[in-house]
Amino acid sequence: MDDFEPRIIAFLCNWCTYAGADLAGTSRIQYPPNIHIIRLMCSGALDVTYVLKALLEGADGVLIGGCHPGDCHYQNGNYKARRRVGILKSILEQMGFDDDRVWLRWISASEGQYFADTVKEMVASLKEKGPNPLRELGGT
Amino acid sequence: MNNNYRLEVKDGVLETMAAFLRRLLEGGMVDALLVPVRTPTGDNVVQTLITDPTMLGNVDPVAPVLPVNSARLVSDLTATGAVGRLGAVLRSCEVRALIELVKLKQASLDNVVLIGVDCLGTYEMNDYAELTAGSNGNLSTDLLAQAKEGHIAPHEGHQFRVACQMCEQPVPQGVDLALGLIGLDTAREILITASDELAEKLDLSPAEVPAARQEAVDALVAERTAERDRRFAEIRQRVVDMPSLLAEFSRCIRCHNCMVACPVCYCKECIFHTATFDHASAQYFRWATRKGSIRMPTDTLIFQLTRLNHMATSCVGCGMCESACPNDLPVATIFRAVGEKVQALFDYVPGRSLEEELPVATFREDELTSLGERE
Repeated sequence: MDDFEPRIIAFLCNWCTYAGADLAGTSRIQYPPNIHIIRLMCSGALDVTYVLKALLEGADGVLIGGCHPGDCHYQNGNYKARRRVGILKSILEQMGFDDDRVWLRWISASEGQYFADTVKEMVASLKEKGPNPLRELGGT
Repeated sequence: MNNNYRLEVKDGVLETMAAFLRRLLEGGMVDALLVPVRTPTGDNVVQTLITDPTMLGNVDPVAPVLPVNSARLVSDLTATGAVGRLGAVLRSCEVRALIELVKLKQASLDNVVLIGVDCLGTYEMNDYAELTAGSNGNLSTDLLAQAKEGHIAPHEGHQFRVACQMCEQPVPQGVDLALGLIGLDTAREILITASDELAEKLDLSPAEVPAARQEAVDALVAERTAERDRRFAEIRQRVVDMPSLLAEFSRCIRCHNCMVACPVCYCKECIFHTATFDHASAQYFRWATRKGSIRMPTDTLIFQLTRLNHMATSCVGCGMCESACPNDLPVATIFRAVGEKVQALFDYVPGRSLEEELPVATFREDELTSLGERE
């Protein structure tokens, strides 16, 4: 599986993590190109159906990025996102899906380096896990 | 504070219940009653909205059949404001679903007298029709005769609905008026639990709860809990990885019946009815080209998993989903088993209290703190 390159779908909040990713770019910090970013206004605006869609369509991992607790642009969207991700991970785990393929990370607009490190860590972790088993099993 | 009262049974328990409900209507405590009534054909018992006290003749709140979870009906009657005072005769799972709907702002209890009845279990509608056709007696009184001991066996050759077999909450909680049956000699008496105000209006005589009542309820709950745990263990053993998950839902045809039957799946604009899942032809061809093949209809597993995510915190376990499934998917068991763990994350019990906020509508700063942090 040496040549396996994981595909990660990332849902990043506009105000913190997306800006953090932007900072990584403008600061010319290198990170793996395995990540496909979708910008949301808030992590709390994410309907988990899109996370499920990504996983069921064969994405190897999903990263959800929001502002640090207490820093949400909309007061508390990230706390609500945390609950939803908690529910999602519990359901995935119970339904026989490896819930460690779903990461929630608080990354602020000033943390370009941390964003790049997170992507590197996630890619390494997913390389160890191998491809999403659904890819082998065909469609859902 | 609700107290206990004794209602003497004369000329049959169902007749006594009808007479009791009649007093609510005639005494002006309610303007209309939503109550299960036998259909003229005799093969079904359906919720009926009654304003004329003389129409209460075929009332049967104990009938072992549940065509719809009536929380939905109370929502229809109250969501935009009930114009009159409604007395709603419900089972425990219907009360719990209604409490969830109130919290979801889909129903209101402002003008409602909640009347809960002990549930002895229900059959699938077709089973009920079949049983009534082949029976001379009354299915309700058959079951009531067993209620005293707290061991309620279904009629021979039939099973209660799966949700009922594993229902550990047969006694409704949080109602204004409760009709207790389990652990009582219902040929002689019914246990009424009511507020002082209602009791005074109904001229009820105070009573002690018979000692056998709690014993019988405990026995029934223990039996059902054991069945629940057995089914939970079975499903947890069976669904362990992706192939087993796919196998579990391989018979799903995404007909949405479970969603329609679910009392708490309330969204007026469900995402599965929006353009998000209304794919263009090109989309299907693109998917099929990328993967080589796609199963049709698409989106079956995402439908089930999304519903789990949207619903698991509020699932009251009424099992209407499973009754509605044309392919007998064990959705009630799956939703309850998954729901149990999800609800435990937030120490939430759906339908327990109006005071407890819906888990997805609130949060605590000091919970789930490892989520979001680097490991």
